[in-house]
Amino acid sequence: MTDTSSTTVAPAGRPGVSGDPVVAMQAITMEFPGVRALEDVDFRLFPGEVHALMGENGAGKSTLIKVLTGVYTATAGTTELRGERIAFSGPAEAQASGVSTVYQEVNLCPNLSVAENILLGREPRRLGSIDMGATRSRAAELLRRMGLDIDPGSILAEHPIAIQQLVAIARAVAVDAQVLILDEPTSSLDQDEVAELFRIMRHLRDEGVAILFVSHFLEQVYEIADRMTVLRNGRLVGEHLTRDLTRLQLVSAMIGRELGVLEEVERLAADAADAAEVTGGGDRAPLLEATGLGRRGSIAPFDLRIAAGEVVGLAGLLGSGRTELARLLFGADRADSGEVRVDGRVVSLRTPRSAIASGIAFCSEDRKGEGILADLSIRDNLVLAMQAARGWARPIPRRTKDELVEKWMTALDIRPKNPDALVGKLSGGNQQKVLLARWLVTRPRLLILDEPTRGIDIGAKAQIQKLVAELAAEGMAVVYISAELEEVARLAHRVVVLKDRAKVAELDGSASVDEIMALIATADGDVRTEQVAS
Amino acid sequence: MTTTVPTRPDTLPEQSSRRRPVVPGRVLPVVSTFVLFVLLFGVGSVRYEGFTSGQVFANLFIDNAFLIVLAVGMTFVILTGGIDLSVGAVVALSTMVAAATLRAGLPAPVVILLVLAVGTGLGVVMGLVIHHFELQPFIVTLAGMFLARGLCFVIGVESISIKDPFFRALATGTIDLPGGVTITWSVVIALVIVAVAAWVLHRTRFGRTIYAIGGSESSATLMGLPVARVKVMAYAISGLCASIAGLLFSVYMLSGYGLHAVGMELDAIASVVIGGTLLSGGVGYVLGSLLGVLVLGVIQTLISFQGTLSSWWTKIAIGTLLLLFIVMQRLFTRRNA
Repeated sequence: MTDTSSTTVAPAGRPGVSGDPVVAMQAITMEFPGVRALEDVDFRLFPGEVHALMGENGAGKSTLIKVLTGVYTATAGTTELRGERIAFSGPAEAQASGVSTVYQEVNLCPNLSVAENILLGREPRRLGSIDMGATRSRAAELLRRMGLDIDPGSILAEHPIAIQQLVAIARAVAVDAQVLILDEPTSSLDQDEVAELFRIMRHLRDEGVAILFVSHFLEQVYEIADRMTVLRNGRLVGEHLTRDLTRLQLVSAMIGRELGVLEEVERLAADAADAAEVTGGGDRAPLLEATGLGRRGSIAPFDLRIAAGEVVGLAGLLGSGRTELARLLFGADRADSGEVRVDGRVVSLRTPRSAIASGIAFCSEDRKGEGILADLSIRDNLVLAMQAARGWARPIPRRTKDELVEKWMTALDIRPKNPDALVGKLSGGNQQKVLLARWLVTRPRLLILDEPTRGIDIGAKAQIQKLVAELAAEGMAVVYISAELEEVARLAHRVVVLKDRAKVAELDGSASVDEIMALIATADGDVRTEQVAS
Repeated sequence: MTTTVPTRPDTLPEQSSRRRPVVPGRVLPVVSTFVLFVLLFGVGSVRYEGFTSGQVFANLFIDNAFLIVLAVGMTFVILTGGIDLSVGAVVALSTMVAAATLRAGLPAPVVILLVLAVGTGLGVVMGLVIHHFELQPFIVTLAGMFLARGLCFVIGVESISIKDPFFRALATGTIDLPGGVTITWSVVIALVIVAVAAWVLHRTRFGRTIYAIGGSESSATLMGLPVARVKVMAYAISGLCASIAGLLFSVYMLSGYGLHAVGMELDAIASVVIGGTLLSGGVGYVLGSLLGVLVLGVIQTLISFQGTLSSWWTKIAIGTLLLLFIVMQRLFTRRNA
């Protein structure tokens, strides 16, 4: 397995890719009623390169991919594959021509075997019958080529998401794909899994496959991509060799404004952290104190103290128990051991309703599934939690509602600034803001944020982090969960490190990303649990 | 403040080294249906004289041949995650069309083709409506059910008897098996259909696509599978099976009547579910559906051997079993989730 930390530099000469592009899109314009999603965009993809398509949400990345794979037909412009003009009728035809796509969500059938998922629709046949033996051995060969040691006869659902994602890639390359499009394949993978994915990507690249890679993780892009194309607001900003473009240049190219916001977050967070230290965050009577709280098969018993005005970060890999811990605090899952005290009094958090009554709010990581109501307007989504808290018998007066909505839409810069817009139509970042605002109107005392910045653009990320720092400064307690350790290290006054569904350490706010990472990588519950008191 | 938090030893299971158990989880429901069948048959053998005969076993097939065929078609639809409520009414309509056209003097082969065309056609139309208007199969096939049942009474309100020599020959003709057991041609037809269906589902791309759609329809679409065609075909197959079952039923009853096969679609659904097919689609076997029908049949036989119980006890037994199996499936899928 490749080591993530030893960032391999792209082989010399590779980025200078010679020869003709396998994909050449020219002057692509895509218009939807009322929106111009792409305007005059050129895009080239060469064989044997990993090419990152960069841009904020709404920059037109997905639209460009959909034009390439035939989901949309471009309003203007031409697409050439190996020098021939093409216009696919859909993903099926694109696939048949060697253009395969792997999406963020695993789009496979969990009820079928790994082998079938790889070869479904093109199984080897004999006399009209599917040859199961041949199907299995062909799948096994493909998996071997990718260096994956899994039983092709096993059912897909038995494997973790990361493996399923790799099976999806196996399916994509099974057609001898010359162009492989990976649309945010890493958003649900942990570090080892990303390393595994990158190993396979490099392998395929070296075999001459052209890989189009979309990711919100800058570090990943810098690790794997040879070249990148940056889009902003549907226009091409530029095409660069990765090594020629610094991270700062890339970010400013993507968001098209100075990096003031990010710097401001840093400053605010630092201020807030200082303030907390002055007031002695850890020594104050805790707002919430959990002792021995745990749930079998979910998370081992843990202790946790959170004071008002404190941001507690939860760090750990995917599946380390971050979300499970949060769900226990919110009563979304029932604890089977331990107790929780709020303001020193024991409370029973058996349902989210009782947690809300104690002033606890929870923004789920599953925005679409457990958060927003896509078919309701921004206004309705915003007042939902407040209405629930008031009880159904006391409707919120229309005026109060409008004032609240106006206030929070301005405060959080929710766009479009139209309270009647359906939430399902908003970008990920704006959906997240609506979700946040929904809880903020209820004035919670403890806000639990599970991956609030996942899958949203940098501008919105910065705004949300800034907001968290401000809320804490105003005295709200925040539990902040993020896979991006930089965010946790930047915002949190204390960092709780989780591993394998147990709390393994607690660090103070000065902990660096490296320290946290070292703990996650090595904490085994023995020597490494040296603690830093806060 | 120094807290040492105990951690459990690293017990992450090694993915690759995990071997599959001897009885794979997904075959378990079919196996348990089989065990249930054997148990019920065993109870009958112990309690009633003459129960343990080849003929009693053969009669299960003879008396339920049409239900077997119906359950096969239903399996296709349920595997895609859909449901077909129209099949009972289509059976009635098929008996009615057959009886009426035979009375009008049409030759038997033409009548058979006509009946098959009507059933399949109705299935195709419902499939197209379900897929292209993205409607709930429940509602669309409910409409199909009313339509088919209503059409029966347009043809005639009375029962029409069938006097056609071919149908009569089929009804009375028997095949002698070793051991003095006889079966009817209907049984042969039903078993051939089960075999063909099993082959189609497991050894053709069409069949695997049925499973893929049941597993995740959106994934199947993105995998480039012909979802629209296969989904419509599933309802067409269900319609075809319903009309074949209708023909078998007219042979069995030798009459056409608008009130034939009332509620038979529910028997078919019950058989499929008891046979271990998940109502959410994607998991199940035709063989399970066959076993499901046999379980229903053996309960009926038990009650008739008992002699004093009303035949409605069959319904009660089926209801209990159905509930039991659905709860079992839920526990089963929850454990796997």
